[in-house]
Amino acid sequence: MSAHTHHDDNDFLFKYIFSTDHKMIAKQFLLTGTFMGFIGMMMSLFFRIQLGWPGEASPLLESVLGSWAPDGILAPDKYLALVTIHGTIMVFFLLTAGLSGTFSNLLIPLQIGARDMASGFMNMLSYWLFFLSSLVMLASLFVEGGPAAGGWTIYPPLSALPEAMPGSGLGMTLWIASMAIFIMSSLLGSLNYIVTILNLRTKGMTMTRMPLTIWAFFVTAILGVLSFPVLFAAVLLLLFDRSFGTSFYLSDIFIAGKALEVEGGSPILYEHLFWFLGHPEVYIILLPALGITSEVVATNARKPIFGYRAMIGSILAIGFISVLVWGHHMFVTGMSPFLGAVFTFTTLLVAIPSAVKVFNYLTTLWKGNIIFTPAMLFAIGLVSTFITGGLTGIILGDSALDINVHDTYFVVGHFHIVMGLSGTFGMICGVYHWFPKMFGRMLDKRLGFVHFWLTITSAYGVFFPMHFLGLAGVPRRYYTNSSFPLFDNLIDINVTISIFAFIGGVAQFIFLYNLLYSMFKGPKSPKNPWMSNTLEWTTPVEHIHGNWPGAIPEVHRWPYDYSKPGADSDFIPQDVPLGPDEKDEGH
Amino acid sequence: MLDLLIIVSVVLGIIALAQLIKVLDLASQARGENSWENTDKDNKAQARLMPVFLVVYFASIIYQMVAWGKYLLPVSASAHGETIDNLMMTSWIVIFPVFILTHILLFYFAWKYSYDKNRKAEFFPHSNKLELLWTIVPTVVLSILILYGLNTWNNITTPASEEDDAVLIELYAYQFGWIARYAGEDREFGDANVRLIEGVNALGMDSTDSRGWDDKIVRAEFHLPVNRPVQFIFRAQDVIHSAYMPHFRAQMNCVPGMTTRFGYTPTITTSEMKGITQNDEFNYILLCNKICGAAHYNMQMDIIVESEAEYETWLAEQKVFLPMDGTPKVKEVAPEEVVDSTFTEAEEMTTASIN
Repeated sequence: MSAHTHHDDNDFLFKYIFSTDHKMIAKQFLLTGTFMGFIGMMMSLFFRIQLGWPGEASPLLESVLGSWAPDGILAPDKYLALVTIHGTIMVFFLLTAGLSGTFSNLLIPLQIGARDMASGFMNMLSYWLFFLSSLVMLASLFVEGGPAAGGWTIYPPLSALPEAMPGSGLGMTLWIASMAIFIMSSLLGSLNYIVTILNLRTKGMTMTRMPLTIWAFFVTAILGVLSFPVLFAAVLLLLFDRSFGTSFYLSDIFIAGKALEVEGGSPILYEHLFWFLGHPEVYIILLPALGITSEVVATNARKPIFGYRAMIGSILAIGFISVLVWGHHMFVTGMSPFLGAVFTFTTLLVAIPSAVKVFNYLTTLWKGNIIFTPAMLFAIGLVSTFITGGLTGIILGDSALDINVHDTYFVVGHFHIVMGLSGTFGMICGVYHWFPKMFGRMLDKRLGFVHFWLTITSAYGVFFPMHFLGLAGVPRRYYTNSSFPLFDNLIDINVTISIFAFIGGVAQFIFLYNLLYSMFKGPKSPKNPWMSNTLEWTTPVEHIHGNWPGAIPEVHRWPYDYSKPGADSDFIPQDVPLGPDEKDEGH
Repeated sequence: MLDLLIIVSVVLGIIALAQLIKVLDLASQARGENSWENTDKDNKAQARLMPVFLVVYFASIIYQMVAWGKYLLPVSASAHGETIDNLMMTSWIVIFPVFILTHILLFYFAWKYSYDKNRKAEFFPHSNKLELLWTIVPTVVLSILILYGLNTWNNITTPASEEDDAVLIELYAYQFGWIARYAGEDREFGDANVRLIEGVNALGMDSTDSRGWDDKIVRAEFHLPVNRPVQFIFRAQDVIHSAYMPHFRAQMNCVPGMTTRFGYTPTITTSEMKGITQNDEFNYILLCNKICGAAHYNMQMDIIVESEAEYETWLAEQKVFLPMDGTPKVKEVAPEEVVDSTFTEAEEMTTASIN
């Protein structure tokens, strides 16, 4: 048992820094991820200034960004740098490491009844590699030429040739280094999650008694193990092309006044490798968010999640289909039309398990007894964003329709709502719900209410209008739309989006304040504040190594016995033995 | 100064917030409540906000449609584009009712079933009938959309046949602009290679390839005849670009090291489209839609669609790559020599005349 391998609790270094305790590591992931998330968000606010008021000098930009915004006007290549690093940070550092790192670490041992992760050391290594990769990514902001600026997908040759743009110099090398370290961190984490879930479940915790959170983390980890190594290979080959004169991705290139000695490579190869990770990545973000909200919706509707087995089935189905759809990012690369047809087919299939999930959420709310905690509000918000963003996926996944909306703002609107918002809502929902488990204190509900309503209003205010921009033909990653008379009318839309973005930004600082204040000054948490069934609420509020002071409780029932007929209380924790005539719904 | 104001207001905001929370805390403590547990009042207030939000959300969508709907792309200016627009409309007809219905259910249930300590939630863990219903219905609807979509896709991607007498145009993308090349009388493009790019020969055309001598190279704008198929061939010089012609519902990436293709038939001339959009300034455009560097946002070319006669007149005015007046001029020059050539133009002329 890993509890015995821990250093003395009084040793500050090993308790707070090089801790191998999953609860401490979860907190480390949360803080680092949140920090990165705020940086990513601030970047988006900076480039929203440019997009809303192109060419207008902003003293704020100049004072914050310095030489990136000479005379207060963001430079075009630095605009692209901000967009690129915003995307990278949000997708990988906030919504992959921040989300999975925090909640998989916190909840897997606590909810399956384990003393700790299978390997505490690997878990610690996973965090510190993540920390290191964050540092490298941030360091890339300060090198000559600026950070990577070829979009978060860093397609070569743009990313392979330093002469193609300023950000393709040292900044790009650091991006690759950072991602390589990040992938190692992710793999160590994922392997640990899988092994822990398979091997360390407490007595009675069968697979069909696991909370949906654990199912979601489980499938997420499998997806990560299958797809991240492919990205590793992709960026490694890119590094070779950049530094060692290979031409995996390069062929027939004339740039900066001369033809290069590269022949036979294909940038399309990179795209295939990238999206082989890139698409499952969407579900690496979404599944934990869906798992977290399933748990929160059931708890706060005081009602079992509807269709527990169908929910597991749809998680598995989504996970399986997600590795077969990457080509839908490449419909207009000139790929074989037949292949395009296949990817259209597989892509639209994802809508079926997704629809099942949505209807199951709705049925769970039906005739529930809903307590609107801030976590519950964000869970309801997630259902809304998942529907709104998911439905436009039916358009983008259709190869014929994709021709004209590919790489436009329609795509930006779609994926920000379905992946960005749903992922963030899921993460925030989890923070509100499990903050007491992490810090032993409670968040302030009123700030939570304000935070939610400001966030969902501004989020739709930002991302819904983007569909209109896209249908008007505006390409994404444009520094300004003012070069085309065609887009002159659209400046109002951009101003609207920017204003909502600022409101949304302010709302997140309310959240940050709530987090930091409550971490130290919040009221002490009771043992089971939300009257929840899952095992984590049977552990003491004060964290101890090994999680339970005595024996690990035995599990007797599924986690969703809320408002069960015949019971006095409206919840029955998983460690309560079944009554004489009682049936366990999980089996 | 502005920065200082912003910083001061942020700091003051935080202090105000902290004070407000303290006051609220004291007030709720006096009522025997705490700062985290939902009271009946909280649940009622939040529940009431649910339908309010739904109405605001729907109203804002209607507002956006009314205010911004007119800025969307006009009717498709290409034959296949109409089929795309029809498919798009069909998809919206499927999507919108689902969107509205699920949102109404979501926010209605949230409002209707808010917490009441005298009531118990219904224990309703599963129903195979319902699960089957919402697996089968989406499957059927999506099957129809998939079949319709694939049929449209196959029609679009079937290349133009020889009998179509398609106009052959190569679009060449580079940082940061476009060059168009017409295949000329022989309906074939001459070979081109990045290693031959030099000075005015921006496409790297091989001057020994006679198929290329009658190719016509144009910049800034290119013309298309209405109602005649156009077959585009795309190439890129340096990084990936994407040729996006939104009015024609056409897009294809331009990838270094390979050629890609897309074809369409323009159906509306530029002057007709000026009438349709009621905009005398209207112009069809080609723009870059794949991030390609700092000036990605300004990489454009105008497209003029006109009658066959106007098109022929315009095309006749364009210069061919190598004007032929009998014998080839630079036939014997090997590609390497062209690249490395440091001759002045006068010397080159001499060489050519010797040959």
